[in-house]
Amino acid sequence: MAETGDLNHTPLFDLHAELGAKMVPFAGYSMPVQYPLGVMKEHLHCRAQAGLFDVSHMGQVILRGENYEAVAHAFETLVPMDVADLDQNKQRYGFFTNDDGGIEDDLMFANRGDHLFVVVNAACKEADIARMKAALEPEVTVDEITGRALIALQGPAAEAALARLNPVAEEMVFMDVANLELAGAECWVSRSGYTGEDGFEISVPHDAAEALCRALLEMEEVEPIGLGARDSLRLEAGLCLYGNDIDATTNPIEAGLIWAIQKVRRAGGEREGGFPGAAHILSAMAEGVAHKRVGLLPQGRAPMRAGTPIFATDDGGEPIGTVTSGGFGPTVNGPVAMGYIGSSYAAVGTDLFGEVRGKRMPLKVAKLPLVPANFKR
Amino acid sequence: MKFTEEHEWLRVEGDVVVVGVTAHAAEQLGDVVFVELPEIDTEVSKDDEVCVIESVKAASDILAPLDGEIVEVNEALVDEPGKVNEDPIGDAWFFKMKASDLSQMDDYMDEAAYNNFIG
Repeated sequence: MAETGDLNHTPLFDLHAELGAKMVPFAGYSMPVQYPLGVMKEHLHCRAQAGLFDVSHMGQVILRGENYEAVAHAFETLVPMDVADLDQNKQRYGFFTNDDGGIEDDLMFANRGDHLFVVVNAACKEADIARMKAALEPEVTVDEITGRALIALQGPAAEAALARLNPVAEEMVFMDVANLELAGAECWVSRSGYTGEDGFEISVPHDAAEALCRALLEMEEVEPIGLGARDSLRLEAGLCLYGNDIDATTNPIEAGLIWAIQKVRRAGGEREGGFPGAAHILSAMAEGVAHKRVGLLPQGRAPMRAGTPIFATDDGGEPIGTVTSGGFGPTVNGPVAMGYIGSSYAAVGTDLFGEVRGKRMPLKVAKLPLVPANFKR
Repeated sequence: MKFTEEHEWLRVEGDVVVVGVTAHAAEQLGDVVFVELPEIDTEVSKDDEVCVIESVKAASDILAPLDGEIVEVNEALVDEPGKVNEDPIGDAWFFKMKASDLSQMDDYMDEAAYNNFIG
């Protein structure tokens, strides 16, 4: 087992040990990278049935103000999303931007009636909270929720599994949020996740987290899944990993995240701009971008990992792009990748080459997601 | 059978040495998804990187344990890299080499020493 001396533990640490997890340091936490089943089988299990993930390292934040509208309008100064018109009990994907139009972190936010609930990445949470406090207080209070674990139940059998604990789960559709009592605890549940599968993310009080996980793991269709499979699942699903596929230098238009910027915040929209870097992002939207994120399917068996340079020809020339996430996709049963390439090479089906250990190997630009999403809309 | 600190096993069969990775290594690697084998007839020196094993997680090298020449490779691993996890000591050998100096084998551990080495 890896050194866990200075690392934070989630409330599920002991359960991971009992389940035989291999623990690794991740964003300051000791987290399970895989269980005895192994990354490949965990991945396939999640696509076929249901996988349980501990994502308690992520940040959970509640923003409160005079009312939801006030909080939403304040939050819109930090993100290019439509927050104000988000229906109550609905969640949305978003990102914080900086003055250069880069992405500071990506996140999920939900309208919970009298407040905004935000989930941010573990590695960015301190900076995110500082950013929100600096920009929003005192009109809006920014409270990090430290007393709750966060778990994700993902896969086609997730609904049936969760409905056994509370039948209301069945009534929820993609991006719904609700308070559900699960295994005796009040949980904040969203029908979402980051695997491309149908499923739920569940915020549960620390002292109830283990019991809830055990109740789920007792079910035949549910297996614990580690960060290793989480990464291959999200890669096949074409979802960006912050720090790999997007970072403070990435314009969201380059990243293919234009869909996440609602019309009302775009040029000509009712609440156009007003977020950091708006000029850069709106001009990229209008004028196009020089390079953009694409799906990539290496044509051989060799994985092309992050950092693999991409070329237009099998010999000579300068690189036209780079792989930002790559590995083996168990569902695709072959290597999968995504990365940034010159926009003129970005058409689906374009034949390119990735250089692995000095050899150029064929690569095809592919439609994202690489495995179709399975959301219940 | 002899073992290297890089978790390879070496077995002498007639006039060639068969090379693979240990069960311990296979477990540490996780699911193997790709194997890049050396070319037959390649002359290699001890510690040359001759093979690449890619697991779901990362790429690792196999080093030539001896000076010599690669005489045969296990093509079955190209189509079924998962054999490395299933049967590392048996079916999932990587290559056979003709050693130019078999006394280099003496530098390596026997099974008891290797088991002690991996703790």
